[in-house]
Amino acid sequence: METFSYRQTAGRRSAGTRAQAIVGVVASGNLEVLVERVLPDTECQIDVSTPISGFGKVWEAVVADFVERRSPGGLKLSINDGGARADTVALRLAQAVRLIEEDMK
Amino acid sequence: MMGWNKAQAARHVRRAAGAALAKGKIVEARDTTRLLEAVIRPGDRVCLEGDNQKQADLLARALAAADVGKLHDLHMVQSGVVLPEHLDLFDKGIARKLDYAFSGPQSTRIAKMLFGGKIELGAVHTYLELFARYFVDLTPHVALIVAVSADRDGNLFTGPNTEDTPTVVEATAFHDGIVIAQVNEIVDKVPRVDIPGDRVDFIVKSDKPFYVEPLFTRDPGAITEAQILTAMMAIKGIYAPYGVKRLNHGIGFNTAAIELLLPTYAERLGLKGKIATRFALNPHPTLIPAIESGWVEQIHSFGGEVGMEDYIRARPDIFFTGIDGSLRSNRAICQTAGLYACDMFIGSTLQIDLLGNSSTVTTSRIAGFGGAPNMGCDPHGRRHPSDAWLLAGKEAAPDMPAPLRRGRKLVVQIVESFGDKNVPTFVEKLDALDLAEKLNLELAPIMVYADDVTHIVSEAGIANLLLCRTRDEREQAIRAVAGYTDVGRGRDKKMVQQLRERGAVRWPEDLGIDPLDADRSLLAARSVEDLVHWSGGLYAAPSRFRNW
Amino acid sequence: MTDQKTVTPFQRHTSSWYESSARDRVRLLLDAGSFREFIGPEAREMSPHLDLFDLPKQFDDGIVVGRGMLGGKPLFVAAQEGRFMGGAFGEVHGAKLTGLLRAARDTRPAIPVLILFDTGGVRLQEANAGELSISEIMRALVEARTAGAKVVGLIGGRSGCYGGGGLIAGTCSALAVSEHGRIAVSGPEVIETNRGIEEFDSKDKSLVWRTMGGRNRRLIGGADAFVDDTIEAFRAAALLLIERAPAFDLDMLKAEQARLTERLQRFGDCADAVDIWAREGIADARSVPGLSTEAFTAIADKAREPRYDAR
Repeated sequence: METFSYRQTAGRRSAGTRAQAIVGVVASGNLEVLVERVLPDTECQIDVSTPISGFGKVWEAVVADFVERRSPGGLKLSINDGGARADTVALRLAQAVRLIEEDMK
Repeated sequence: MMGWNKAQAARHVRRAAGAALAKGKIVEARDTTRLLEAVIRPGDRVCLEGDNQKQADLLARALAAADVGKLHDLHMVQSGVVLPEHLDLFDKGIARKLDYAFSGPQSTRIAKMLFGGKIELGAVHTYLELFARYFVDLTPHVALIVAVSADRDGNLFTGPNTEDTPTVVEATAFHDGIVIAQVNEIVDKVPRVDIPGDRVDFIVKSDKPFYVEPLFTRDPGAITEAQILTAMMAIKGIYAPYGVKRLNHGIGFNTAAIELLLPTYAERLGLKGKIATRFALNPHPTLIPAIESGWVEQIHSFGGEVGMEDYIRARPDIFFTGIDGSLRSNRAICQTAGLYACDMFIGSTLQIDLLGNSSTVTTSRIAGFGGAPNMGCDPHGRRHPSDAWLLAGKEAAPDMPAPLRRGRKLVVQIVESFGDKNVPTFVEKLDALDLAEKLNLELAPIMVYADDVTHIVSEAGIANLLLCRTRDEREQAIRAVAGYTDVGRGRDKKMVQQLRERGAVRWPEDLGIDPLDADRSLLAARSVEDLVHWSGGLYAAPSRFRNW
Repeated sequence: MTDQKTVTPFQRHTSSWYESSARDRVRLLLDAGSFREFIGPEAREMSPHLDLFDLPKQFDDGIVVGRGMLGGKPLFVAAQEGRFMGGAFGEVHGAKLTGLLRAARDTRPAIPVLILFDTGGVRLQEANAGELSISEIMRALVEARTAGAKVVGLIGGRSGCYGGGGLIAGTCSALAVSEHGRIAVSGPEVIETNRGIEEFDSKDKSLVWRTMGGRNRRLIGGADAFVDDTIEAFRAAALLLIERAPAFDLDMLKAEQARLTERLQRFGDCADAVDIWAREGIADARSVPGLSTEAFTAIADKAREPRYDAR
């Protein structure tokens, strides 16, 4: 397994009141993203565990785009990857943020 | 000695040799190899019928069993190299030279045999191109064809899978060749005459029905969110603005997703009746929901599709059917329709380079072309206008005076930035070029040429190459939709921004599409079972696609 | 001639059980907002074995367990994620279900347990721990039933209910199954490998479904309810079966023994599910796989009324 950890500065605190959310499933070509609101407002962290090696640069690019587009301040995102393609990773990250930003009912 | 009827004379000799084994036109299945040894001559051009769907499998086995002392150095001129026996012929030395169009399931073995020198390759053709050559310089001496049933006069019924048969028979029978048909049954009267009996010399009854591949069945259960997103972009960013009504779809999951979004997403966009009404297309099961929702007016088909027979029979306003009620398909005519009467081809590919050339060939697989390049090209012989064609032409050449401006066929490649096993679709150099070098080919096997492609759609966005004025712009537009591949990450951000402002590149947000809305609940059917329900139980899904 | 205008377009259900994740099934099945998860993904209680094989882990080890409300009444619920390693039982996965069933055993007054099966059986990579967990789960399940808890299994996922999952399902108070659900111990490939393709052709999907699928299970009494592939249908079945499932006592065990004995006597010599259906008195037995849920349920109720006194 290859692991990466990215700690980045985010522009603003992510909206919503949920403490955590999870999307996706660890299956071939898929991944799960656990998102937890546990960091200071302008920080975010993305931890990746993947069975596919050699895609470090792709992960870096996906994470950079994600932080720029979604500004996930205060969030720690933990990924268990099942060999997903980059666009699926980007989609799951966006879904995770959307879910944690939903208001609790 | 000079003469004008040498072929006729040769035909009489061959026919007489075969007739010795026949009762009327009928030859027993066990005598098939002897029949072939009797009528075929070493060095003959032989068409062993088979395409991406139906196969003359009994005749293929019989020919592969021939005595190489009697039959050798044949020149095979056929659409498909699909069955193992098609290649066994070359391994055994029965055949030597090959001109073909498609080789899906044998693509790996054929590559090995080409490298090993077992096959002398004429050319890899498109279907229409090979058919054309049947009438000019590749006319078969013997055609081994396949039909559903025959009567004793040799009249043939081909059922829904007429496909290549009329073309092959036309070329062979009218230039003094011999036509041998395998049939599932011999009947007193065929349900309809697809091939008149006077064009058929011998008939062999097969002990089991000929093989047909359900090549055009896509399980909606396997369609991904990325494919749905891409389909949404294609509908909103290409079908809608050009008002594409007459078109052809490829066989991939991306276009299956489009078919399943017509009654849902496209309906909500108010596009019913404005797009996707007439198709040159096989009877795709995934089109059933659109047909049932009243989207589709007419479909002409290259071939049949396993399980769709009863559905088609019950929808004669939509499909072309014969006097017996079943589908009449015809590959040559449908290819021509796709070439000249459609405003758009949209299909998938395995590799695209920085100019927009694409290929499905990789260094270890030579799949051939089938019909895609006929669909995926701009026919310069076209003269009739349509809105979509004129608009595309205007985008390509805005300064040309309108009456002198050619329209353009929309040739759309729909892909995902990474393919199977995370292999990038976008590359600096096509594998096809390496293959051409290794095999010493004069032409690299390109599926769709860069100058024919008008749009490339991926989950990352749409590149409109009609609006690119320089080679640089074209390259950056392609990089802009190449996602996180090396090609995509190598893009010039500033230039891509300018291309987006001009509409030459459109990302999902530029089209007002939120990738988070790309959900499987948008699909009109999410399983093969749903398709059966949509069809009112008329679609009989093949067993391998069932999970009920 | 059919007039096309009279054809009513097929309306696809929006909440497919088959397509939903374990989490979505639980969320949509229970009363809105009522679910409280035990040992959730944030606890990161993952398999200690998969690292050895360089295989990816899942934060919840492929099973969601917790407590919630159904129709305003409390219950325990467990849901397997059939897409993570085929929903297979590993050490942690199994322990979570065992723990939930022990909580049910110890809860007074007794409340029901729903198990949303979606499993191919035991995880090969942790086979010993997985096999052990199957027996622990069955024991805990029987203890929970003895203590008065009704345990209802819901089966309609991608991975079906195979191997140890099939054994556990056999110990439940009642089962509901959909078209896509399959219940068996040995899977199609296992049978074919061990007994030959003449015995069972695993690629013949129609054979697989008519043997192991929901319809046959309902018709031979292996499942108590056959439902549409929707969350709503499973919810209705869960409510009904919790209501109807028999108590766990000597009378029930005797009735179950009698039922199984009679079934073996009546159908033991049948070579194919279709033969069984014909012997059940179904006129056009071959048409059974193609029937709508309503039509099938009517025929099934006529052939074999659910008895709710055995299991």
